[in-house]
Amino acid sequence: MYEKKTEIDIVLEKYFSVCVDLKLIFVLKMLSNQIKYLIIKELKLELRNKYALGGILLYVVSTVFISYLSFKKIVTPATWNALFWIILLFASINAIAKSFITETKGRLLYMYTLASPQAVILSKIIYNSLLLIVLSALCLLAYSLFIGNIIQDLPLFLITLFMGSLGFSSLLTMVSAIASKAGNNFTLMAILSFPIIIPLLMVLIKLSKNAIDGLERWDLDYLTILMLLNLIIIALSYLLFRYLWRD
Amino acid sequence: MKKNWWKIIAIVFVLYTIVAGFLVPVPAQPILHETIRNLYFHVPMWFAMMTILFVSLWNSIKYLSKSNIQSDIIATQAANVGMLVGTLGIVTGSIWAKYTWGAWWVADTKLNGAAITMLIYLAYFVLRGSIDEEQKRARISAVYNIFAYVLLIVFLMILPRMNDSLHPGNGGNPGFNNYDLDKNMRMVFYPAVIGWILLTVWIFTLRVRIEKLKRKKLFND
Repeated sequence: MYEKKTEIDIVLEKYFSVCVDLKLIFVLKMLSNQIKYLIIKELKLELRNKYALGGILLYVVSTVFISYLSFKKIVTPATWNALFWIILLFASINAIAKSFITETKGRLLYMYTLASPQAVILSKIIYNSLLLIVLSALCLLAYSLFIGNIIQDLPLFLITLFMGSLGFSSLLTMVSAIASKAGNNFTLMAILSFPIIIPLLMVLIKLSKNAIDGLERWDLDYLTILMLLNLIIIALSYLLFRYLWRD
Repeated sequence: MKKNWWKIIAIVFVLYTIVAGFLVPVPAQPILHETIRNLYFHVPMWFAMMTILFVSLWNSIKYLSKSNIQSDIIATQAANVGMLVGTLGIVTGSIWAKYTWGAWWVADTKLNGAAITMLIYLAYFVLRGSIDEEQKRARISAVYNIFAYVLLIVFLMILPRMNDSLHPGNGGNPGFNNYDLDKNMRMVFYPAVIGWILLTVWIFTLRVRIEKLKRKKLFND
């Protein structure tokens, strides 16, 4: 049973392991290529009708302005924080809800023949993260201009904002894919995403509260939890999207 | 009869829980007093809910890999029964809270977890309702079920880290931990958990059978 390995066996094993490596590299290369082109496609489409992008940016600014007029002045950091995240949450849902709606049936069919489902969902997630990073930066800018800036630890706040954009975009992209298969209305998008976004939102609010209060030490536990949550959401989208996209 | 032995156990254990739960003496705890008996009715509901929701998750995964519509029926009915037990858990907890904490609903981590679970599965039913085509509905709701369940479990794991709970046994409150739960209570509590879980599973199998018969009738008419 247990024969000694001859030299030829060892050479063959090495050869096969190199083959497997090459195949993996090839697949990854193809995936990254597809993702690159899909993101370029998204960008081109976005720039072709600028009013959609402009609309969502204006949405954030007007919401902040409305809150500014209704609240007049916000004194407690907790209220400041909660209001900021609620505005950002609604703006993100609005921004991402359209990510699968705008795709026409013909274009989707064309995309299915060219790209793998993983490439489609990852490219959408990356593109939406970029969009949300711009959106949240604008939101922070308008918010601190009108309502006032009370953040004491800006680096931590920016990190939280960055990670929050990533998490929001991956979760909402997946939910918008689900909602787009089911009548596609905004209500469905909201009720599907609210309960499952709460864990993310609570960790984000906790971290940004720390940043506002300017705590001496960064809470690494919560940062790790946030990172893990993002990873879990992206992994789930990666695994589950292939069951969603084809009819 | 051979296949139904567990139903007999369910009936016997639940009857035993109701009789012994009200009659067997309990340790006198501050704040709780006699309301500690709610342990036999409220806590097993959550055990039963998590069990039956896991059945739902498992069948959603099975549906995605095999595309057998039977798994979809099981997953939906399990979620349905999960909501039923969840509602009972909230009602028993709420009545208890009124007399112990003085309010029907308080801001507590476990209550938030329960509320979010209900919201997720209500959203699941709305999602199902908005798709007409059978196979498509099964596939898409299975994806949402898996996505939501995993995030729910993560949430239930990180939630207790964020705040302490008012519940007995948490945050220094007297309650159901090793020191407080005496031998008499264990003798009722463990059968209660098994009994309620079995009863839930029984209701669930009945619902699955009814649903299958309904579809069969629809098919034959």
